[in-house]
Amino acid sequence: MRDFIRPVFVIAWKDIMLELRTKDIVVSALVFALMVIVIFNFALNITPPMVDSLAPGILWLAFAFAGVLAMGRAFITEGDQGSLDGLLLCPVSRDAIFLGKMSSMFLFMVLIESLVLPIFVVLFNFDSISFKLIAIVLLGTLGFATCGTLFSSIAFNLRSREIMLPLLFFPVVTPIIIACVEASLGVITDTVNIIGTGRWIGLISVFDAIFLVLCPWAFGIVMEE
Amino acid sequence: MRILLLFVVAILLSIDMFLIFMWAPTEVHMGHVQRIFYIHVPSAWIAFLAFGLVFLGSIQYLRTREQKWDNFASASAELGVIFTTLVLVTGPIWAKPVWGIWWTWDVRLTTTLVLWLIYVSYLMVRSYSDNHYQASRYSAVLGIIGVINLPLVYFAVNWWNTQHQRLVLGIGSTEAGLDPDMRTTLYFSLLAFSSLFVWLLWFRVFLKKTEDMVRENTRLGTDQ
Repeated sequence: MRDFIRPVFVIAWKDIMLELRTKDIVVSALVFALMVIVIFNFALNITPPMVDSLAPGILWLAFAFAGVLAMGRAFITEGDQGSLDGLLLCPVSRDAIFLGKMSSMFLFMVLIESLVLPIFVVLFNFDSISFKLIAIVLLGTLGFATCGTLFSSIAFNLRSREIMLPLLFFPVVTPIIIACVEASLGVITDTVNIIGTGRWIGLISVFDAIFLVLCPWAFGIVMEE
Repeated sequence: MRILLLFVVAILLSIDMFLIFMWAPTEVHMGHVQRIFYIHVPSAWIAFLAFGLVFLGSIQYLRTREQKWDNFASASAELGVIFTTLVLVTGPIWAKPVWGIWWTWDVRLTTTLVLWLIYVSYLMVRSYSDNHYQASRYSAVLGIIGVINLPLVYFAVNWWNTQHQRLVLGIGSTEAGLDPDMRTTLYFSLLAFSSLFVWLLWFRVFLKKTEDMVRENTRLGTDQ
């Protein structure tokens, strides 16, 4: 077990160190997420009474768009000077490489979200932040990061990878986007809805579990040469 | 053999057209537009069959790494996308006069649309790959993920739909209320479309095999 966990940490730490030095992913995705929020404000003309019902949609779209932007860069840095080949030649399993990459992407996304949420609170006078909402954000982000890392590894090797990642990513994460928006809406508006927030959270968890098993396996196939 | 099957398909489809447009009784409430049902339903059935075959072909390809399974899966995916497109086009044509709207975000409609998007990206991955081997592996992964993801999409959209109290729309009558002649036409249509699918799949796999042979023989020069 230790032998499996250690490489995961080392690979994740490598990405974090790299990010600390370049600040490529987090800064660009954060600014992009803020842009999305600001543009939504103009597009939907949000007034204070509407904020609670619109917040989940706007937040999750901002997270998803920023996420896909961040995810697109997950393997770009590895492309330089064949460092991906070096990584693959390491005597560690492909699962460990995937989980390491995924953990760092998850951390970056959580960091972006933890900066976007307070700004959203200030800009829209949004005061319905709760621990439950944060838990939903974390669960949803886990699913995003898992799928995103796999599709990023696929898109990385394709021509016109910038367009292929969102095209692959969004149809597959449809269920999790629906579930996250609905669960957040349930928590924010605190209405007793027909389906119940619990079942939506259940769906997000099932999605996370399935893709946590499926994606490392698929990554092994994608990365074989 | 293939020519023979083509004959059978042509005859079946001609009889099918006759049944649909001349023989089947006109529906009382919907009128002639209801006849699109005999094309819509078999197309949907074939589309789901095709995506099921993509799943099987992908698993077999990853297990055996034989090119024929990849050919089978990708040919099936192409046909699946074509038939899903037919479903998505015929549906609104029927819905506008009957429901009064082109589209509703009903669970079956939305799931079909998401399915179509997944397999369009499947085909795009294939055409954007640098080499054949890469295309096969990537698309096999997608073919498997797409099908495993399907129940999740279905549940999510279904619950989401219930939550928002959409207009509940159905074809109006279940199969029990279907006129016997209409049912016969529908079943015959299913048979005709299935035979068309089998022939198209067979022919496409044959074409892919030929493409592979040409590629093998011209590999000396360029890599493409």
